[in-house]
Parts: sequence; structure tokens; C-alpha cells
Amino acid sequence: MTEIKTSAERQAQTERLLALMSRLTGDEKHAPSATSTLDALWVLYDRVLRVSPQTVDDPERDLFLLSKGHGPAAFYAVLAAKGFIPLDWLDDVGDAGSRLGFHPDGTLIPGVEIGSGSLGHGLGLGVGMALGLRARGLWRPRVFVLLGDAELDEGSNHEAIAYAGATGLDSLTAVVIDNQSATHGWPGGIASRFAMNGWDTSTVDGRAWDALEHAFTTPHPGAPRVVVATVERKW
Amino acid sequence: MVSPMREELVNTATALLDEDPRVAVVLADISSDLFDGAARRHPDRVINVGIREQLLLGVTGGLAKTGLRPIAHTYAPFLVERAFEQIKLDLDHQGGGAVLVSVGASYDAARSGRTHQAPGDVALIDTLSDWTVHVPGHPDEVGPLLREAVGRDGSSYLRLSTESNAAPHDGYGLVPIRHGRAATVVAVGPMLDPVLAAAEGLDVTVAYTHTPRPFDRAGLRALVSGTDAATVVLVEPYLAGTSASQVADALVAVPHRLLSLGVGRTDPRRYGTPADHARLHGLTPDQLRRAIGELLPA
Repeated sequence: MTEIKTSAERQAQTERLLALMSRLTGDEKHAPSATSTLDALWVLYDRVLRVSPQTVDDPERDLFLLSKGHGPAAFYAVLAAKGFIPLDWLDDVGDAGSRLGFHPDGTLIPGVEIGSGSLGHGLGLGVGMALGLRARGLWRPRVFVLLGDAELDEGSNHEAIAYAGATGLDSLTAVVIDNQSATHGWPGGIASRFAMNGWDTSTVDGRAWDALEHAFTTPHPGAPRVVVATVERKW
Repeated sequence: MVSPMREELVNTATALLDEDPRVAVVLADISSDLFDGAARRHPDRVINVGIREQLLLGVTGGLAKTGLRPIAHTYAPFLVERAFEQIKLDLDHQGGGAVLVSVGASYDAARSGRTHQAPGDVALIDTLSDWTVHVPGHPDEVGPLLREAVGRDGSSYLRLSTESNAAPHDGYGLVPIRHGRAATVVAVGPMLDPVLAAAEGLDVTVAYTHTPRPFDRAGLRALVSGTDAATVVLVEPYLAGTSASQVADALVAVPHRLLSLGVGRTDPRRYGTPADHARLHGLTPDQLRRAIGELLPA
């Protein structure tokens, strides 16, 4: 874990990640949503997830699922910064010989648990992984699934939200990056959708590292947890 | 009353849960009462997600990724058609494998209407790669096929039906039941008995398979080479022509004729019994006999 205490250090780290993102080519279309995830991803990988390049196959590792798959530049930058992938993989994203595409393929990238891009698949998979870990008697690993607020339009998420809440699947944490991009919005707030299904909820500033860390690490026995990370509006 | 094939599924899956800590059963309410006992013994590995088929398959994919061997089961249209992208992505694209077991094949639920019928299920599975498809023709074939499917890597689809032959048949690939000279008739799963009745007195080879995928191409070539004409009749209990490309690939070097019989594409908009629907789709012994007879030399 890296303790970054001063705003100057934090600024320097952000600049390093943004520089890595700028090495990626051809991803302009997804760029705004990619940066919306940058801070949450960095806090997860730097302070929260118990996984490292050396433990990507360890059954006891924490699992992180990038459900939304879109705009993976920030994800790739964080993976490169943390040593999961070589830095030069960032230079030819989307090329025929590249392991990194405009949406990630979990079978091609060390440390990436799932392939994603079609919205609404990660939370169901995450529920299954949490159940699978429990069935194998692995109580330590946690499952984090990152979604976007517009991704919640997909009904598959609501199947997973209802079931995980009803069964108290407390090894599961959903992280919803809210840049207010859902076409019809979420009147009453995103957290309320989870809360009414029995989830523990927290809504935080998606750019505030300490607040994100606290939200990700607060114990939630007997219930899954959602962290709604609010960032600037997409447009 | 629980149909005999579904009962075999429950018995075998329950035994597998007891024997193998990797096995899990994932349900969407349908058949969940039949797994009550197993669920009490294995609460972490008998998972009923409620009436949520996208989650049924998402959970199945997640279990596979964490090292379990999941069996996902519900009614055919809800298992294969309702959340097909979850099969494509949550299983295949993630590199995970599972065993999907359906009940309610084609027009088993004739009285329930089109909403409960999925004759295109095998054709949909055919759009994926490297799946094994089992279409048992008798309840006694279900247990061994399920055990083998769970014991293999990769993904398998077991298609259970209330239609059934009088006797089970062993053997993978195309199993010759009788030999003739004028044509080769391939009967899949519960179509064998209607085909045998249709072929009574005709000079044709009849071969059976409960495993249409992978299709036994070498077996078909061998059977055809033992006849006087490269004439093949496929009789499948799902969408007509589902295996036509398999026959074409098997016989690419052999000028041949192929007649593909099976369930039609059109929604007949009729209720009734499975026997009524067999007639609507031209699959009764008399209708099969006429169709086959028209191909044979006068």
C-alpha cells in the first residue's frame, strides 16, 4: 500500500496515471467515462484489493470485476502502474497483436478477472463468484464489481441486486460510478435501489481518495454493500 | 407427476452433489422443490435465484470461474433463449464451462403454447463453439450422460424430453440399429422409435444418436459407404435442418442427397398433445415413411 498524504503527492500520482492513459491510442470515444473511474480504480488497487501481480492466480485473492468494460483506459493505466501488465502494452491498444482492446478480454490480461463490454454482466458474475468462493470454504476473498450509473439501465443488474440483498451476500461490494449519464436518470438516487433490497449503502465523492477508501473498507456483515461514487456529470 | 427424464436428472444431480464438492446446481424456481433434500445437505451448492434467468446464467458463469462445476437447469426456452447472451459471454467468453440441462423439449408442452416451446435451442447452441449436445432418447440414458458431462471440461447441453423411445441405447456417435442399402436415416434422441416404425420394410440403414454434437462425421461416412446411394435422411426432434451443415461437412467429398426432417419454424398456433404437434410437423411414423419413401428408388 502506498500512503499518499499530501495533495502534492496525490496530484503527482494522478499526473502519472493520466500520462499512462495518454499513451493509449484510438480510445477517444470512451475517454470521458474512462476518467470517471480513475480515482476509484486507483484507490481500490492501491489501498483496498488484496491482489498483486504475484497473486493473480491465488485462490485467496480479492476479485475485481470491471463490469462496464467501456473506457478501459483508466483500468489499463492502473494495471500498468501496479505492474500487472507491461507499460508498453499501452502503446498499441486495439491492434491485432495487442492483448488490450477497447473492451478488456479477461483471458488475455493478467489480473483481469472477466471480459466485459456488453453492459450488465459483471454483477451477476460477481454474485456467482461470491457464491463459488463461499462454497469452496474461502471466506477471506472479497468481490468488487464496478458499474456505471447508466449501466444500471440493464435489467440483469436488478436481478442480481435483488438476489444478493435477499441472501445477504456480504462478500460482495458493488461500486457504481455515477456521472449522471443514465438517459432517464435514477429518481430518488441510485443507493435507494440497493437499500430497498437490503444492501448496505454509501454515497461518496468519487474523486476523494480517503472517502473512497473508507467506503470500500467499512465492514458490512450480513449484507452486500454498494458504494456510489459521484463524479462530474458526463456532458 | 415428475417426468421420468426429469426424475433421472434430479436423482443423478443429487448424487453428484453428494459425491463431488465441486458440483453445484443452479435453479430459477423450476424444479427447485425436487432439490429440497439436496439443498438442506448442501446449502452452498444448491442455489435457487428465483425467476431470474439472466442471473441463473451469470451465477453459473461466476461459479465456473471460481472452480466449481455448475449444472444450470430450467425450462428450455428460459434456459437457452431468454438469456442467450449470458450463455455466450458469461460462460464461453469468460473461458468457463457448465452443464445446462433443460426440460420441456420442442412441443413437450403442447398444451402450454408457444411461450413454453424452444425448438430452436440446439440451433442456438450451434452458434457457439465446442459444446457437447446430448439429446437422450430414454430416461435410462440421462444419468450416464449427465455424469459424463459433469466429468468433462467444457460446456454441455442436455435436452430432456417427455418423449421417449421404448428402450435405451448405448454408445456415442451414430449407433447403427439396422442396416439397409437404399439410404441412411439418422434418428436423434426420441425420434428413433417413430423412425423405426416408419422404416419397417424399407431397405434403409437406421442409426441412432443421443449425442448430436460433436456430430459423428466419420461414423456417417462409414454408414453411407455401406449403402448403394449416398442418400441421408436426418430426423431431429428440434428445428428441422439443425444438423444439415454437419452432414454436408461430413460428406463434402461425396455427391449426396440430404432430406432434413424435424420441427418446423412456423408457430402452429395450436394447443393439443405432443402427438398432435408431431403430426403438425410431419413427424408421425406414417408421415416419415412417406417422406423417406419419396427419396428411395421406385
